[in-house]
Amino acid sequence: MTGHSERVVVVGNGMAGARVAAELHARGEDLKVTVLGAEPHPAYNRIMLSTLLTGKIGESDVELAEVAGRGVDLRTGVTVSAIERATGQVRTDDGDRIPYHHLVLATGSRAVVPALPGLDPEHLPERVIPFRTLDDCRRILALTGTARRALVLGGGLLGLEAARGLAIRGLDVGVVHRVPYLMDRQLDPAAGAVLAGTLAGLGVTTHLAVEPTAVHADAAGVRLELSDGRSLDADLLVLACGVRPDTALAAAAGLAVDRGVLVDDRLRTSDRRISAIGDCAQHDGTLTGLVAPAWAQARVVAQVVTGQDPLARYRPRPAVTRLKAAGIDLAAMGDPTGGPGEELTFADPARGTYAWLRIHDERLAAAILLGDNPSVGTVIQLFDRGHPVPTDRRALLLGRAVGGAVAAPAASPALMPDAATVCQCNTVSKGALVRCWRDGARTVDAMVAGTRAGTGCGGCRDAVAGIVDWLSRTDPVEVGR
Amino acid sequence: MATHCPYCALQCGMILREEDDAVSVLPRQFPTNRGGLCQKGWTSAELLSHPQRLTSPLLRDPASGELRPASWDAALDRITTGIRDVQEKHGRDAVAVFGGGGLTNEKAYALGRFARVALGTRHIDYNGRFCMSSAAAAGMRAFGVDRGLPFPLSDLGRADTLLLVGANPAETMPPLMRWLTEQRERGGRLIVIDPRVTATARQADLHLQPLPGTDLAVANALLHIALTEGYVDGDYVATRTTGFTEVRRTVAGWWPARAEALSGVPVADLEETARALGTAGRAIILTARGAEQHAKGVDTVTGFVNLALALGLPGRPGSGYGCLTGQGNGQGGREHGQKADQLPGYRRIDDLEARAHVAQVWGVPADELPGPGVPAYQLLDSLGTDQGPRALLVFGSNPVVSAPRAARIEGRLRDLDLLVVTDFLLSETAALADVVLPTAQWAEEDGTMTNLEGRVLRRRALRPPPAGVRTDLSILTALSSRLRAPGRQPPDDPHTVFAELRRASAGGIADYAGISWDRIDAADGVYWPCPDDEGPDSPRLFTYRFATADGLARFHPVEHRPAAEEVCADYPLYFTTGRVLAQYQSGTQTRRVAALRRAAPEAFVELHPDLAERLGVADGEPVRVLSRRGEFQAPARLSPGIRPDTVFAPFHWGGRARANSVTNDAVDPISGMPEFKICAVRVEKA
Repeated sequence: MTGHSERVVVVGNGMAGARVAAELHARGEDLKVTVLGAEPHPAYNRIMLSTLLTGKIGESDVELAEVAGRGVDLRTGVTVSAIERATGQVRTDDGDRIPYHHLVLATGSRAVVPALPGLDPEHLPERVIPFRTLDDCRRILALTGTARRALVLGGGLLGLEAARGLAIRGLDVGVVHRVPYLMDRQLDPAAGAVLAGTLAGLGVTTHLAVEPTAVHADAAGVRLELSDGRSLDADLLVLACGVRPDTALAAAAGLAVDRGVLVDDRLRTSDRRISAIGDCAQHDGTLTGLVAPAWAQARVVAQVVTGQDPLARYRPRPAVTRLKAAGIDLAAMGDPTGGPGEELTFADPARGTYAWLRIHDERLAAAILLGDNPSVGTVIQLFDRGHPVPTDRRALLLGRAVGGAVAAPAASPALMPDAATVCQCNTVSKGALVRCWRDGARTVDAMVAGTRAGTGCGGCRDAVAGIVDWLSRTDPVEVGR
Repeated sequence: MATHCPYCALQCGMILREEDDAVSVLPRQFPTNRGGLCQKGWTSAELLSHPQRLTSPLLRDPASGELRPASWDAALDRITTGIRDVQEKHGRDAVAVFGGGGLTNEKAYALGRFARVALGTRHIDYNGRFCMSSAAAAGMRAFGVDRGLPFPLSDLGRADTLLLVGANPAETMPPLMRWLTEQRERGGRLIVIDPRVTATARQADLHLQPLPGTDLAVANALLHIALTEGYVDGDYVATRTTGFTEVRRTVAGWWPARAEALSGVPVADLEETARALGTAGRAIILTARGAEQHAKGVDTVTGFVNLALALGLPGRPGSGYGCLTGQGNGQGGREHGQKADQLPGYRRIDDLEARAHVAQVWGVPADELPGPGVPAYQLLDSLGTDQGPRALLVFGSNPVVSAPRAARIEGRLRDLDLLVVTDFLLSETAALADVVLPTAQWAEEDGTMTNLEGRVLRRRALRPPPAGVRTDLSILTALSSRLRAPGRQPPDDPHTVFAELRRASAGGIADYAGISWDRIDAADGVYWPCPDDEGPDSPRLFTYRFATADGLARFHPVEHRPAAEEVCADYPLYFTTGRVLAQYQSGTQTRRVAALRRAAPEAFVELHPDLAERLGVADGEPVRVLSRRGEFQAPARLSPGIRPDTVFAPFHWGGRARANSVTNDAVDPISGMPEFKICAVRVEKA
C-alpha cells in the first residue's frame, strides 16, 4: 500500500495501537511511525489492571515494551480532534497537524455509564468510578485507603476481575448483576452458580437478577437502590457495565460506522488509506473487545501497510474467555446456549469444580471449565486449533488429559512378567534377575553385581530389593520342585 | 587403569582392566557418577576389538569406486596431493575441517591449529554446533562466559526446586539421576518441561507438557508470574544485573493465559512452577537440547536465563542456571579453537590481541591467521558448490546421520573433490569418503576431557592402538609436515600438546594455564578458569561478579516467535527428535554393540494411540514420516505419553530410518543451531 519512508500515523497507544507500532517497526525500518496516545502514560497492559488493584504490583509492572526512540515517534497526552481525509492529515487538540500516508485508528472503547438517576456520564461523583483505564485504577486505589465496602455494578468478566482485586485488598465487595447468573454471555446457569459460590469464598457477595434504579453519592459514601426495593451502601461504586467502541473521530470524518468502525478483511475502513483495529473496529458484524484479536489485526495491518504481504487477511478465531487468579480458575469458549453435538458434564460444586463440553464432529464446539481442571490447557488448545478431541473423552473432563496415566509399578514381583524390564539403564529384565538368583546370588549387592541392575540411575534398587525379598520367600518351594 | 567413559558429557569415572587382550569395565566412585554406569558405559570396551574396527587406511579405487585398504603413505599422499590441488585451483579456504565434540581437548586444539596454520583455511567448525551452541551463545551474552554448569553437579542434589527444560537425563545421562533421587529424598521438588512424558518427566513432581516450540512463551510467562507474585529479587537485580526494565516490559505482555493458549500448559501449572522456583531457598534451572535445538534456541535459553537472573539465582550458593552439555567433550571441544569464530581459551578470532597471543604460541605472524569461518550447517551446505570448499577433512563426526536435512548434506559431501574421514569404524560419512584413516579409541590414548561442569579430567591409555591404527594427533602432525606448515612443528604427543594448549589459553575466558595433568590426577579434576599453577581453580562461578567487563549480568528482552515451519493441511503434525538410552549420537559406535542393539534394535516413530487410530496404524506397523525435505520409515510405537499433535523419533539411525532426513535446516541467527526439535510432517502407513 505504501513504500519506504512513508509516514504511518497511529491514533491510540493502548494495547492495539502500541502493538501495531511495534509490528510496523519490526517490518519496515524505513517507515516513519507516529503514535498519538490520549492517555499521558506509556503503553500499559490493561489485562494487568485488576492485579494492580490487588496491590501486589506497582504501576511500572504494567508497562509494556515500546518502540519509541527506535524510529517510532511516540507522543502521549495528545488527543486527536479531527481527521482531514482530503489533505491526509490529523489535527490534534494542541493545534498540530500531522500528515499521514496511512492512518491506523486504534481508539479503543469507553466504559458504559448506565442511565441512572444520580449518574451524569460527564460528571461522575467522586466515589463512582468506571474500571477501564490506568487513571480509573488510580482513582479506585486512592479511595481504597479508607474504604471498607465496595460495590461493583456488572457481573461480567471485567466486573468480577475488579471485585476479586478489591476483595484481595481486604474490602467487603458486593457485585450487582441484572441477569440471574454471573458472566451470562460466557457461562450457563450451573457454571454461574458454581462461580458465585467460589466468589463467596473469596469474600465477594453477589446480588443477582436485580436492576439498579438509582445512585446516591456524596463525599461520605454511595447508596445503590435496587429494583427489588433493597438499597446497598458502600464507600465506593465501580462501574463495569460494558464498553462501547470509541468511533467519534471516525464518524466525524465520514467513515462508515455501525457499532464500531466498519473494516474489511484487511482492516481497511471505507477509506483505503485508513485502517481500524482493536476495540473500535467492527469486522464482519463483530466487535472483539479482547487482546488476542486486536493483536492479530495489528499484524495484518503491518503486513499490508509495509507491503510484506499485501494480501494478508484477518481471520477471526473463536475467543476464549479466561479468568485465572488466586482462588478462581475459569475458562469459557464457544456458545454456551446451545448448538448441535454431544454434551459432557462433570460437576463437583462442593469443591467449586464444574466442567461442560460440547463436541460436534469430533471437534470442541464450546466448553466451560471452572475450578480444578488439569485439562484446561489441552481444552483451550483443542478449541483454538480445531484439532480432533481424544477418543477417551474422560481425559478432557478429568485428570491430566492427553498425557495419559503413568504406569503404576506392579504391586508384587510375582505379578510381573519375566520379560518386564526392571532396570532401564542396563536393560535388565525380571527374568534375568531371577536367573541370577538361581545362579546363587542371594543379596541385593550380589544381584546388582551379577546383572548390573541398579548401576545406572540407581532408581530400580528398591525394585531389585523387592525381587530379592520375594525370591527369598518363594523360591525354595520352586527350587524343591 | 582409572579413566572416564568415552560417551557423554557426564564422563563417568570407570576402571579398565586388561586380561588376555580382553578389556573389562568397572564403575568407579567419581563425583559425577558416584559409582554408577549405564549400559553404554558398561559395554564401551567391546568396540576395542570389534570385528568391524578399521585397522588400515582405505582409499577409494577410481576404477571400481570401492574403498580398498592402502598403506599410510599412500593415504597421506593422496590427502596431501588432493589438498594441494584444491588449494592451488580454488584458494586456501577451499579446504575445510569438520570436528567433533567427542575429541579430547588436545585433539580439538590441534585440529584448530592445523586448520588455521597448516591449511590456512578459515573453514573449520564442528558438530557441537548441533549440540549446545544456543546455550553457549545465551550464556556468553548474559554472563560473559559459557560454562555448561557454573557449579558442581552435586549442587543438584541439594536444590529445593530443580527445573529441567527439555532435558531427559534418565535416558541420556542415567547416573546423573542419582543426584535427582537425592534431591527428592531431601524433600526437593523436580519440575520437568517436555512435550513428551519421558522417563525423566515420569519422576517429576510436576510435568509441563508444552507444544513443541513454545518454551520461550512459557519462560516469559513464568517471569510474568514471578513479577506479579513478588518473587523477583529486587536487590539482586539492582546490584548484579543490567537491562531488567526492558525485560520487565516485554514479559508484561506475556500474561499466563496467553502462554497457556499457545503452549497448552495450564496457568495453574505455570503458577505452581513460578512459586516453586520463587520461594525456594536453593533453586536451579537447567536447559538442554529440547529448549536449545530451535531456530530461536538462543532466545529460548535467554528466556530461562532472564527468569533465573530475576529470581537472583546465578551466583547464589546452591542455586543457578546451567546447561546440560551433551557430548563427551562438548564443553572442552568448544573452547580451544575448532569453532569457526574462536581461538584457544574461548578467544574470539576477530580479536586482534587474541590473534597476536595465539600466533606467538604457534610461531606464525598474526596477520597470516585466517578470519572467522561460518557455522556448521552453513559450511556443510556450501560444500562442493561454487562458493564453498571442495575438500573436507572430518574428525570424530558423522554428519550424514547427524546433520539436519541430511539427504541434502549427503549430496553436498558427494559433490566434494576430496572427502577425508578419520574414524575407528566405517560410519555412514566414512563410507562416502575418498580416504578413510583408522584412528585410536579412547582407551588407547592419553588426554583431557572437560565435562559438563567445566571440570578438566584425565583420559588414560590402557594400551597402544592396534597395528595399522594411528592417533588423530599423529595424523595431524604427519599431514602438517607433508603440507610444510609454517610455524613451530606441532607436537604429536598429547602431554606436550596440552602444555601448548595451556599457553595458548592463558589469559582467555577458558584459561587452562594453571591446569597440569599432575594437578588433575591429584584431585578429582580441575575446574576452569584456573590461570595459576599455585592458585585455586573455579568450581563455582559468579559468586561475586560475572565475567562481563563491568561484572554485571545482562538481561536481554526476548519474544516468542513461531517455529520456522509450522503445521499446515499437507503436513499437519509436529515432528521432534531425541535420544534413547541404549544408543549414542549417530549410533556409529553403539549400534555395533550387541547388548545395546538388543536393547534398542531399531528406530521407531512414537505416536499417540488416538493419532494411530486416525491413521489406521497398529503398534509395530511400519510408517513413513514425510516433510518438505524428505522422508524416513520406521515401525510405529504407540504411547499415550506424547501429545496427539506431535510425533517423535530418535535420530541414532541412518539409511531408510534416518530421522534427520525430514528435520528442518532453518538455523538460529545467533548460534547457527539447526531446528532439530520441530518441523511439520505427515505420517502415512508404509
